[in-house]
Amino acid sequence: MELAMGIMLGLLGLGAGCAMIAGIGPGIGEGNAVAAACEAIGRQPECKSSVTSTLIMGCAIAETTGLYGLIVAILLIFVAPGMFTGILKDAVTSMKG
Amino acid sequence: MTEEMAPDIHSKHFKAVDRALIALMILPILACMVLKIIYTPATEGVHISGALVFYQNDAMPVMPLIISESQVNSWGVMISILGLCLYLTHGLTARAVTKRQLVAEWIVEKCQNLVNENMGDYFSAWGPFVTAIIALSAFSSLICLLGLFSPTGDVNITGGWAILVFFLIMHYKFRGGFWNYFIGLFKPIPVFAPMNLIGEFATPLSMAFRHYGNILSGAVISALMASALGGLSQTVLGWLPGVLGEIPFLRVGLPAILSIYFDVFSGCMQAFIFAMLTMLNVSGAVPWDDWNARKEKRARRKAGAAQQPAA
Repeated sequence: MELAMGIMLGLLGLGAGCAMIAGIGPGIGEGNAVAAACEAIGRQPECKSSVTSTLIMGCAIAETTGLYGLIVAILLIFVAPGMFTGILKDAVTSMKG
Repeated sequence: MTEEMAPDIHSKHFKAVDRALIALMILPILACMVLKIIYTPATEGVHISGALVFYQNDAMPVMPLIISESQVNSWGVMISILGLCLYLTHGLTARAVTKRQLVAEWIVEKCQNLVNENMGDYFSAWGPFVTAIIALSAFSSLICLLGLFSPTGDVNITGGWAILVFFLIMHYKFRGGFWNYFIGLFKPIPVFAPMNLIGEFATPLSMAFRHYGNILSGAVISALMASALGGLSQTVLGWLPGVLGEIPFLRVGLPAILSIYFDVFSGCMQAFIFAMLTMLNVSGAVPWDDWNARKEKRARRKAGAAQQPAA
C-alpha cells in the first residue's frame, strides 16, 4: 500500500514537471514577437505606443498554451493526489476483501 | 432656457449621502474580510488552497449548492463598484463643479472611445457592458491586495463570464440565419465540420482559462515564494535570540515586488484582454453579407404582402 502510494505521488510530480514543457512554446513565440516589435519600433519610432500595446496584447494571447500546461501541472499537484488516493484505497480494500 | 438648479455640494444632506455611498463602497469588502477571518481554519504558515466554502446544501436536486468565498467576494466587488459609480455620478451638473464628475466623464469617454475603435459604430451601445466587464474583472483581481481570495482565481467565475460572452457571440452569428450558420460549419470542406464545431466552443473555454490561469499562477507563485523565503530565513537567521529568530526577515520586500507584477499588472492586463477579446469576438461574429441579404428578402416579402391586398 505504501509502495503504491509512493509510486503514485512520484509519478504525479513527474507528470506535473512534464506538463510544464509546454512553457517552451510560448517562450519562443513571445521572444519572436518582442524581436519583431523592437525592429518595428527601430524602423518607425513614432508608432511606439501602438506597437507596444499590440505587443502586450499578443504576448498575453500567446501565453495561453503555456497556461494550459500550467493549469494541468497545478491540478496534478494540488487536486489529483486527493482524488487518486481515495481510488487507490478503494481498489486495495476491494482486492483484500 | 431654464437653468437647472445646481445641487449645493456643501449642504448637510449632500454630504450625508456622500458618506453613505462611501460606506457602500467599503462595507462589502470589510464584510468579505470578516467572513474570511471567521471561516479560515487555524493553520501555520503559508498554505495554498482553493476558495473557502462558506455554505453547502447537499439536498439540492441536480448537484449540491455551494456558496464559496469566490462567489461572496465577487458579490462584494459588485456592490462596491455600484457604490463607486453612484458616488462618482452623485451631483452631476451640466458644467462640472466637482472633481469626481471630471473623473466619471474621463472614464466614460475613454471606454466609449475604446468600444468605438474596436467594434465600429454599429456596436457603440456596447460601451456600458464592456466597461462593466473591465471594472468587475480588474477590481476582482485587485481585491487580493487586501488579502482576500480573488474571484478571478476561480475557474467558475471566469467560466460564467465566458459563457455569457459565448451566448452573445452565438446571438450575433445567428443574425445571418440559422441555416447559413449551419452551412458555414462545413466550409471549406465537409471534413472540417468537427474542427469548426470544436472551434466554436474553444473560444469561451480559452477566454475563461486564460484569465483564471494567469491570476491563479500569480497567486501560487507568490505563495511558494513566500514559504520558501520563510524557510530560508529560518535556516539563515534562526540563531538570533528569542523572538527575533522567529520573525521571517527575508520575507520582507521581494514578495511585494512580485506582487506588483502578478497582482497589479497582470490583473489589470487580463481585465483589458478579456474585454478586448469580447469586443473582437462579438463584432467579428456578425455575418454582414448574409444578414443584409436576409433583411432585403424580408423587406421585399413585406412589400409584396402589402401590394397583394391592394391589387
